[in-house]
Amino acid sequence: MSAVVADAPLRPHRGVSASGYLVCLGGIVWRESLRFLHQRGRFLSALVRPLVWLFIFAAGFRATLGVSIIPPYETYILYEVYIAPGLMAMIQLFNGLQSSLSMVYDREVGAMRILLVSPYPRWFLLVSKLVAGIAVSLLQVYAFLLVAYFWDVRPDDPMGYLYVLPALILTGFMLGAMGLAMSSVFKQLENFASVMNFVIFPMFFASSALYPLWRVQQSSELLYFICTYNPFTHAVELIRFALYGQLEWTALAVVAGCSAVFLTAAVLAYDPSTGLTARRGGPDAAK
Amino acid sequence: MTESTPATAALSVEGVTHAFGSKKALDDVSLEAPAGAFTALVGQNGAGKTTLFSLITRLYNNRSGSIRVLGADVRRTPATALSQLGVVFQARTLDLELTVQQNLLYHAALHGIGRGEAKQRAEAALTRVNLVERAKDKVRALSGGQMRRVEIARALLHGPRLLLLDEPTTGLDIGSRRTLLEEVRRLIQQDGIGVLWATHLTDEIAVADRVVVLHQGKVMAKGTPQELCARAKTDDVGAAFMSIVGETQKPRKASA
Repeated sequence: MSAVVADAPLRPHRGVSASGYLVCLGGIVWRESLRFLHQRGRFLSALVRPLVWLFIFAAGFRATLGVSIIPPYETYILYEVYIAPGLMAMIQLFNGLQSSLSMVYDREVGAMRILLVSPYPRWFLLVSKLVAGIAVSLLQVYAFLLVAYFWDVRPDDPMGYLYVLPALILTGFMLGAMGLAMSSVFKQLENFASVMNFVIFPMFFASSALYPLWRVQQSSELLYFICTYNPFTHAVELIRFALYGQLEWTALAVVAGCSAVFLTAAVLAYDPSTGLTARRGGPDAAK
Repeated sequence: MTESTPATAALSVEGVTHAFGSKKALDDVSLEAPAGAFTALVGQNGAGKTTLFSLITRLYNNRSGSIRVLGADVRRTPATALSQLGVVFQARTLDLELTVQQNLLYHAALHGIGRGEAKQRAEAALTRVNLVERAKDKVRALSGGQMRRVEIARALLHGPRLLLLDEPTTGLDIGSRRTLLEEVRRLIQQDGIGVLWATHLTDEIAVADRVVVLHQGKVMAKGTPQELCARAKTDDVGAAFMSIVGETQKPRKASA
């Protein structure tokens, strides 16, 4: 270690190594967390958004929307309790797309290129970026759960907070990978509003986040059909059941399957030989 | 014109052609950047410099020809090639909200260098660009020239044998440009690394440099500044460049 002297040439590093993978992953998560902490506004809005839904929307609709007893709930529940899992998934959806947009932004300022000149395999770099995004989203979700706890929105069993963790990691992975795959398609920095309109709102509203699917079916078969095929519905249901210590197998299969598909798409899109960047002329093509 | 063999050249590009759709960005490009020397890649905007850099840094693969960094093929053994390569991109790539040191540590991690060693390397690299006292400052607080020098320090962090710089003086004032050039030339002398410096400013070329002229995706000329001047029958490198580039536009008239 002492071989690094100020005026001697910097020794070549030994290149890729097994322990280097961990260092690399750690570095990416560390940077992403640092950036997140520096963007207080982002954290605040990530927290306020679901709370607005919980405090205002849910309170207002509590009277008009009756929720009957459906699994995993064993008693009548308040509407706030019903939409909490959907809001948790919404936090992750926003986070996944925001970090994908930050990839686009990164790419514009060139930080993406710094990431991609790392000697480590590209799929590994992308997965590391995903892991970093999940870590940040978990922080946001648990902050939300903490506030919700004082609003009397909590699982029957405190262990639910623990059971939901693996579900959140998986849904975070799916939504993050989706964002990653999408980021490779964006040509340049697009405003978040269009992403809200075309991705977030349709996915969120056409799901079981705000209303149980049997209610949707009563009003529109078509919408019901769309909802059941929306991966976001399954993310919400996975979280909902996990919060009550239950595993929803269909949701698990869909979320795991979609994660694999989205991740494959992202890796292919960023691959130097098959990637869209190669065909289009790279990130600088927009210039 | 002395050509070093591909095995010893820090960078060796052979017969690389690359097209986006039907538009050929690079057409049978071959060039070398020897170790311990300053190679200037001169070309106007749109000459293909950035495409070439994207291929060398493996943003996407070259379809034909080969690119080797100290003998390691970028396509076949990317990890070996990339770990011997330091890059300064044209766009600013530092995180403005983070400190100089945090930026360097992040980069070190991307190369698998652990925290303790990374700190030592960061200090050594910053010493080389005379910015060691700014390590704890946020990047936002630095001047444009200083940011560039931090980027050079970052590119040196993992001890590369080849340094690529894509129009690094863009947007810098005359003083910062001179400092940057002096520092890079000193690095070549001290550490013996090879440098490929892309630019469209011919006044950045010194007598001892090697020059490669790239125009519309083709290598138009290679050699020392004197050789280029002799070919164009002028004593000014800028005029020589314009004359050589002009050969394609007016093939019968301009060339002497």
